[in-house]
Amino acid sequence: MYKYVLRRLSLVIPVLVLSSLVVFGLMRVMPGDALTALMAESGNVSPRELQKLRKELGLDRPYHEQYLLWIWQLVTLNPGYSIFTGDAISVSLKKSIPVTIELAALAMAFGLLIAIPVGVLSATRQDKPTDYIGRLVAISGLSFPDFWLGTLVITFAAIWFGWIPPLGYTSVWESPWRNIQQFLLPAAILGFRLSAATMRMTRSTLLEVLREDYVRTAWAKGLGERLIIYKHALKNALIPVITIVGGQLGGLLAGTVIIETIFALPGMGRLTVEAIMFRDYPVVQTNVMLAATVLVTINLLVDLTYAWLDPRIRYQ
Amino acid sequence: MTGKPISTATAEVSVFAPPTVARRRRVRALWGITKRKPLGAGAACLILLLVGTAIFADLLAPFDPFLARPETRLLAPSWQHPFGTDDIGRDVFSRIIYGARISLWVGLLAVGIGTFSGTLIGLSCGYWEGWFDLMLQRVMDALQTIPGLILALAIVSVLTPNTTNAMLAIAVVIIPGNSRIVRGAVLSAKQNPYVEAARALGGSHLRIIVSHILPNVTAPILIIASIWLGNAIFIEASLSFLGLGTQPPTPSWGLMLSGTGRAYMEQAPWLAIFPGLAISLAVLGFNLFGDTLRDIWDPKLRGRS
Repeated sequence: MYKYVLRRLSLVIPVLVLSSLVVFGLMRVMPGDALTALMAESGNVSPRELQKLRKELGLDRPYHEQYLLWIWQLVTLNPGYSIFTGDAISVSLKKSIPVTIELAALAMAFGLLIAIPVGVLSATRQDKPTDYIGRLVAISGLSFPDFWLGTLVITFAAIWFGWIPPLGYTSVWESPWRNIQQFLLPAAILGFRLSAATMRMTRSTLLEVLREDYVRTAWAKGLGERLIIYKHALKNALIPVITIVGGQLGGLLAGTVIIETIFALPGMGRLTVEAIMFRDYPVVQTNVMLAATVLVTINLLVDLTYAWLDPRIRYQ
Repeated sequence: MTGKPISTATAEVSVFAPPTVARRRRVRALWGITKRKPLGAGAACLILLLVGTAIFADLLAPFDPFLARPETRLLAPSWQHPFGTDDIGRDVFSRIIYGARISLWVGLLAVGIGTFSGTLIGLSCGYWEGWFDLMLQRVMDALQTIPGLILALAIVSVLTPNTTNAMLAIAVVIIPGNSRIVRGAVLSAKQNPYVEAARALGGSHLRIIVSHILPNVTAPILIIASIWLGNAIFIEASLSFLGLGTQPPTPSWGLMLSGTGRAYMEQAPWLAIFPGLAISLAVLGFNLFGDTLRDIWDPKLRGRS
């Protein structure tokens, strides 16, 4: 097993280095640099001050030095300052990461709560109306835009129930009730969208597993349906679902740009988008790199879990 | 995996049968598919509706989508304005009809460029393998580590936010996954003895790729392209919603939802309901269609999304 772990780990580093090059390169292709754009907007900075600022931010150095400096900052967990607000990036990250983690965890829980029962129902009643309805609901989850659902839910909650979710973010420790009100809708919408892929995966793997010999044996020895499906079949069927769930978790932790924007949740997604809009590229490159690292780490964990659950993989 | 054999009715149409019989058989085959894959047939109808709307927008739209008429601002849906009017009195129905053009145009071009480039990369990687493949695939891995919407956003902001750049950004998002799937398909197609035979006969690389390998990988390419069409429309709408895609006053569904749609939500919910519905139906159509293609062509791919 440890050989497999080492092999997978050796693939991770080059990919991350490449991602960092892609991100860094992308930020440097920007027409004019961010400072010029920023100063053009505020309009009252002399070229001399601009030069000074550029020097402070290290923008006058050659690209490879800037890159190495940035990597060093990342490795030492001290990612510098935002051009736009002047705040330390680590401080704004510390504020937005808990928001994103809470949203991701709740959304994941909602998603799985919908996906697995519907997937099982759909697989056990294949090609019956229940199955069609389940699949249609799942695929509509993939098709309805989250920004549309978000807008509709907020409005109709206000019109029908006279209830407006308190926008913004209050920490759980401060006021758990307010916190739940703020997270419930966005998490439910995200969960609904996530459930689509998970449900379809659960359905198709369960269909495969239900045709396996050991399941037939279980039927033959007279076990009850519930026991066969939930204890014998579902356990194996859920292994491939891990891949999907892992990918989704990575995406969620990168920040759910749109939902966070609509519900005014100050998470990673909103931080990144605002930085992109203001061309605050130290923030953009740090956030995107963080997202990439999380995604790669989760993918690695998924692969390792897989290898651990299924010995056939690690001997390939 | 219903175990039912897939009927080959379309293949039975004989060359010698009189045209009417052939047509009747074709109709029956179509009906057969409709009955077996009702969701797929529904999806095809949705796509036809979308394409028709986009092509005949000039004929279908009752009003000029750009014409602001302050005297008709924020009217509720009526016979004259089936989807109501917006804050400066433009007819929402006409704007949605024209919006189909933008969505479809962006979708088709983004998926076209993305699929073409991805296929090119996948084909060369899978065919030549070696260090070239190793390097290029790691670059694709690196691109895939950046969440799609964020990558698209970053690309658009580096360029300038407009429809063309949104399209290019979406194409870049499509390339890595596409190249990987094509590469996999090429690796397995390469094992076929006839590829070796073609090489033994002295066929050039280009000839082997085009006439022996490419036909083997078209099914997966088309399936992915169809699913990506839905996604591309979705991403364009998201970018426009965030103000980084199509710019006003061009009628884009995502844009209609973001500006006026949200601002006047309580007063005039139709401003948000109809554009969102249009996006949902278009994306739903392509998703379902891609699913059906996958079911018919490639049972192995089923359920992997």
